[in-house]
Amino acid sequence: MSTTETGTAPTGTRDGAGAPRRGLAARIVGRIGGGLAQFLLIVVALVWLVPTFGLLVASLRSTSDNGASGWWKVFSKPSQLTFSAYSDLLGKGDFVDSFWNTVLITVPATLLVVVIASLAAYAFAWMEFPGRDWLFLVVVGLLVVPVQVALLPVAKLYGAVRIGSFHLFGSITGVVLFHVAFGLPFAIFLLRNFFAGIPRDLLEAARMDGGSEWTIFRRVIFPLGGPAIASLAIFQFLWVWNDLLVALVFADTGSQPMTKWLQSQMRQFTGNIDILAPGAFLSLIVPLAVFFAFQRYFVQGVLAGSVK
Amino acid sequence: MAEVALRGVGKVYADGTRAVTDLDLDIADGEFLVLVGPSGCGKTTALRMLAGLEEISEGEIAIGERVVNRVPSRDRDVAMVFQSYALYPHLSVRDNIGFGLSLRKVPKAEIRKQVDRAAEILGLSEYLDKKPRNLSGGQRQRVAMGRAIVRQPQAFLMDEPLSNLDAKLRVQMRAEIARIQRDLGVTTVYVTHDQTEAMTLGDRVAVMKKGVLQQVAPPQELYDRPANLFVAGFIGSPAMNLLKGSLSGDEGAARLTVGGQDLDLPASVLEGRPALRGYFGKDLVVGIRPEDMEDAALVGADGGATATAGGGGTLVSAADLVEAMGSDVLVHFNVEAAQVVTDDTRELARDAGTDVLGALEGPHTDLVARFSPRTAVKAGDPVTVHVDTGRLHFFDIESGSAIWGGDAGSSREDEE
Repeated sequence: MSTTETGTAPTGTRDGAGAPRRGLAARIVGRIGGGLAQFLLIVVALVWLVPTFGLLVASLRSTSDNGASGWWKVFSKPSQLTFSAYSDLLGKGDFVDSFWNTVLITVPATLLVVVIASLAAYAFAWMEFPGRDWLFLVVVGLLVVPVQVALLPVAKLYGAVRIGSFHLFGSITGVVLFHVAFGLPFAIFLLRNFFAGIPRDLLEAARMDGGSEWTIFRRVIFPLGGPAIASLAIFQFLWVWNDLLVALVFADTGSQPMTKWLQSQMRQFTGNIDILAPGAFLSLIVPLAVFFAFQRYFVQGVLAGSVK
Repeated sequence: MAEVALRGVGKVYADGTRAVTDLDLDIADGEFLVLVGPSGCGKTTALRMLAGLEEISEGEIAIGERVVNRVPSRDRDVAMVFQSYALYPHLSVRDNIGFGLSLRKVPKAEIRKQVDRAAEILGLSEYLDKKPRNLSGGQRQRVAMGRAIVRQPQAFLMDEPLSNLDAKLRVQMRAEIARIQRDLGVTTVYVTHDQTEAMTLGDRVAVMKKGVLQQVAPPQELYDRPANLFVAGFIGSPAMNLLKGSLSGDEGAARLTVGGQDLDLPASVLEGRPALRGYFGKDLVVGIRPEDMEDAALVGADGGATATAGGGGTLVSAADLVEAMGSDVLVHFNVEAAQVVTDDTRELARDAGTDVLGALEGPHTDLVARFSPRTAVKAGDPVTVHVDTGRLHFFDIESGSAIWGGDAGSSREDEE
């Protein structure tokens, strides 16, 4: 009897232990898998953040400290931190001018793109007119035209536009126009596809309720397009704010944005980190603020409950 | 509120598809008209033309005195309830209901008053500040109704407004729609594929098939005097049994032969349908409603009082299937009569999802009878079915038209 019992008991435990062991192995693999992914994400985040953090610290140290030691030394000597670089920079007239130029370029270039693209996208998505789909294909085709190939032709074109003492080339208007022109294809493409996903019934209901095309656009499409429009506005804002290439070609010293001004402060042999570091940081703060102000519009589910 | 008239209305889509053909309908002021038919019969297209959401290819549509062919939807002063409800997701219930009024620049205080009134009618008062996504299906449906009501339009257009609700709620909302329409007295055109909805809601019901209007009549008349095979088969559940038969007789009496079995027709049938005399010696289609058949054993038992008033005859067969429904018992059996295969019956089979009808063409036709629950018939038993021959329907085998008056091809309209 006892032999049978001892004979069966191990089998039982082996069977019994087998299942948990497999579960445990699966869990370990799962945890390693998940842990690995998290580890990689942390590494990537650090690779991105450490230089930025270094820049921040460098912007808060004096020129001599920066010249004497690396920014990480600040951990042993927190007393080094000072806002003097910022106050010096904000005292410079040309930096403040370039900051305002950036604002004057970015805000209209973003607003114009959002307004024009949303109107165009509504027409492409919901209005019937001859050649609509061909025209939209042309717009999509424009997506693949790189900015670089257009720089010279547009520069020549701008050079020809002179109204009295106003020269389009070198003016803020010229830079804005260029950004709007090259922002529109993607913007129209993005918004058209989003608008096309709005249920047709909603538009028809608004039409039955007495809405004109304009009313439907303003009171139904535009609010429902909120998430897409917000993300478009953020993208466009960041692109224009951070742009250097277009500014280098089309802006002169009077209309140059911050990126171009910062670039002009680069020296070949001396590191003027006391200007570049705080300048770069100031140029970073506004896009960050814009992102956090609009990010709640990214939250999806606005359409939930409309139909069905 | 206004009468609505469709005169010779047709719709051909850009790709050449014909959705509606020569549709004539006069809807009286305050009438509840239901457009019913299987999917793809053009009923929704007709409604959308009325709403101004589809262009009218042929004919004209008038709302009140005004021909609206060229009038955009927003100026037609009709309100529509969509199958999907089409509520504005970014607006509260209050703003959804008041949207049409605010577009018409009605003063804010007035909108508030109107919306409150509509919400009260619909029992939505406590939900006015919620967003549509926080409402249940039935509540959303009510909001969609509220949006139509508050505008006080010339007409309500409803496109299968109940089809997204579950069965119980559908019955409840159906009653509510009927009540609201009666209270407000607004001309209503209601599209549905559900014949129960059509029968219960409509003052009149218009049956459509493949873009062509088949018959317009009050529900009971549609049921009792269908103009053709399609209407006969579409209205009623279980559907009318249709089978081939042949007629013989002389001046006084007539005899119908189906599947080798004879049924004597009472004189009243020939009086009511004089055109039947033209079919002596010919084949025709016989229609028998399930409730016009009864277990012969029961008819004999109570002295024939239940169903023999108009005359009678019996069919002998075996019960294939017996379904007890509680209030009655559905008995399926077959007779050796040829199945009716026409354009109409094919369309009906397509609607019912039984495409095999053509393949079944043969000497057997399945029939369904509605017996009293007192019947003792079991599946497989031989059964003698009493047929109330006074209530049979007859149709021309070629045209599918009901046989009534002097002219064999006549339809309902000619009779009136």
